[in-house]
Amino acid sequence: MRTLLFRSLLSPLATTAAPAPGDAALEELGRTLAERARRLYGRSLAIREVDAGSCNGCELEIHALNNPVYDVERFGIRFVASPRHADVLLVTGPVTRNMKVALERTYAATPDPKWVVAVGDCGCGCGVFEGSYAVIGAVEKVVPVDLHIRGCPPTPTAVLEGLIALVDKVSATPRG
Amino acid sequence: MTAILSELAKHAPVAGHRPWPRHLVDAPTWTAVARALGAGAADLLSLWADETHVHLALRSPAHPTPLVVSLDVKNATYPSVGLHHPAALRLERAIRDLHGIAPAELPDARPWLDHGAWELRAPLGARASAELRDPADYVFLPVHGEGLHEIPVGPVHAGIIEPGHFRFTANGEIVVRLEERLGYVHKGIDGLLSGADLERAGRIVARISGDSTVAYSFAFARAVEAALEIAVPPRAAVLRGVMAELERVANHLGDIGAICNDAAFTLNHAHCGILRERVLAACGRAFGHRLMMDRVVPGGVAADLMAGHARMILDTLDEIMPWFADVVRVYDGTPSLQDRTCGTGILQPALAERWAAGGLVGRASGRGFDARRDVAYPPYDDAAFNVPVYRTGDVDARVWVRIREVEASVDLLRRWLAALPEGSIRTALPAIASAREGIALVEAFRGDVLLWLRLAPDGRVARCHARDPSWLQWPLLEAAIEGNIVADFPLCNKSFNCSYSGHDL
Repeated sequence: MRTLLFRSLLSPLATTAAPAPGDAALEELGRTLAERARRLYGRSLAIREVDAGSCNGCELEIHALNNPVYDVERFGIRFVASPRHADVLLVTGPVTRNMKVALERTYAATPDPKWVVAVGDCGCGCGVFEGSYAVIGAVEKVVPVDLHIRGCPPTPTAVLEGLIALVDKVSATPRG
Repeated sequence: MTAILSELAKHAPVAGHRPWPRHLVDAPTWTAVARALGAGAADLLSLWADETHVHLALRSPAHPTPLVVSLDVKNATYPSVGLHHPAALRLERAIRDLHGIAPAELPDARPWLDHGAWELRAPLGARASAELRDPADYVFLPVHGEGLHEIPVGPVHAGIIEPGHFRFTANGEIVVRLEERLGYVHKGIDGLLSGADLERAGRIVARISGDSTVAYSFAFARAVEAALEIAVPPRAAVLRGVMAELERVANHLGDIGAICNDAAFTLNHAHCGILRERVLAACGRAFGHRLMMDRVVPGGVAADLMAGHARMILDTLDEIMPWFADVVRVYDGTPSLQDRTCGTGILQPALAERWAAGGLVGRASGRGFDARRDVAYPPYDDAAFNVPVYRTGDVDARVWVRIREVEASVDLLRRWLAALPEGSIRTALPAIASAREGIALVEAFRGDVLLWLRLAPDGRVARCHARDPSWLQWPLLEAAIEGNIVADFPLCNKSFNCSYSGHDL
């Protein structure tokens, strides 16, 4: 324990520098959020992650956002345990038929105003699972989506860029 | 079992199935095999079906080379294996759901992967249209007794994890039964693979379980290579080993931290998070993808490793190992942490043996099987490495197996990266004139992944079956949690860390 603490004193910061909001994400949000956002969040977003059929690759990289290297909380972004506490649903896919009802119920349980971010090539489209009897496909086929973050899986930095753009946009929108 | 095996050995196996023999058997022999499995005379490796047959892969300690027995399915039914050997129950429920083949006298009539949402019955069989059913329409096993209450959890869980449903029955704080319901992330992968060319099939297989993408691609490549009777260049074999061990190290680091986190010890979680990130970043730089997806392909590997990158990975290992040793010292020297992990979630060695539970779950409960050593394949066939085995079967044992495996993997990585063979990284795939079959067992970080496939004469995949180690581990979690407090479930669950996507397929 002492060694660990001592090492911490001498080590440089583990945390990476903040990435700028992603260009593609900013453009997409500019189109969709302006009319919908009605409340000022003060640069804070509570996120509920929903795996609606993913291979778990996206979850690994989303998970990494909470480690000290990416430290997503410094941007006011926090993962919460219940959709009732969430502003944003971060959904990975492809949405399977067996998860459709659970995703719809999670969306319904999230209070308004809310945003949905589709993560990964499968959540944004259907990825390699296109054409299967068991999948519905893109998240937007089941719930409305405000932001797409592509990649297979997207790197933690790519997810972070999208989320920072979302925070900036939401907090810049005047209170309704 | 020995009598059955020597009887089978008198007959020629099915032609074109490699590298293990596949024997067509009659119903009495099939049932005799099922009884032998139930009596513990052999390990069940997997059980699956195609249009005409059911197949069972097994391995007997007396005959270390596994084999496959196949039975002709008549009138859409065959004698149940699960009737004699409970480890086969869920595999048979899946066969019934997917193919519409009914295992006769199967003791569990409930569907498993089919939640009534496909609008299809038997999607890999007759494909009859079906009405949508309420997904909640599922009968859990009845529980009777005074003072019992039920706690339903999922499919959407509180963390950033995969979906599944857990039905707890508790007496106060004590869990008296856990029943799992899985299948939520069933993507119909078996169906997608039928008719796919090798490139597309490889990309799908790499996404069966994202955390084990290297292991799945490795198993797929080895099954294709077995079917085509080709070997890969030595450099490709070692690079596969490098990627597979990096994947194991990254996953184990993540799990060790997460288990400590579930015991409210976030310090180790934070440090392990950084260590894992260092490994993934090195993988990303060296192989162009942090999880090394689509890098192992039939015939070899898709990406070579530059000399500077081999050095960079070695430097990363030199950086993280003293740091990891500190984390281990903290784990080992913190009684409040061990108070949570020692004696918690005990999986009895007898159960691990009966289910032939692979990987760290088996090795923490006395079952010393490791496919890398016991069904050896390149590059492990000429490498010596430590396979840690513990007998206590608790969360603590599963942590220690991971710790020792990180050390063993890093040891392998250092030896391989210091002396990488020169040469090409890919062998061209020959054209085939007739159908071929291949099977492979590859040790993923969770345990052994089995992959069987049949190639059509045009070189496409005719049928492919992948069995995740979790199929034989998930049922044991139900046993391990019994008698523990509800609050210790996350700890037990994380210490198993079974795959949902790999299981649901």
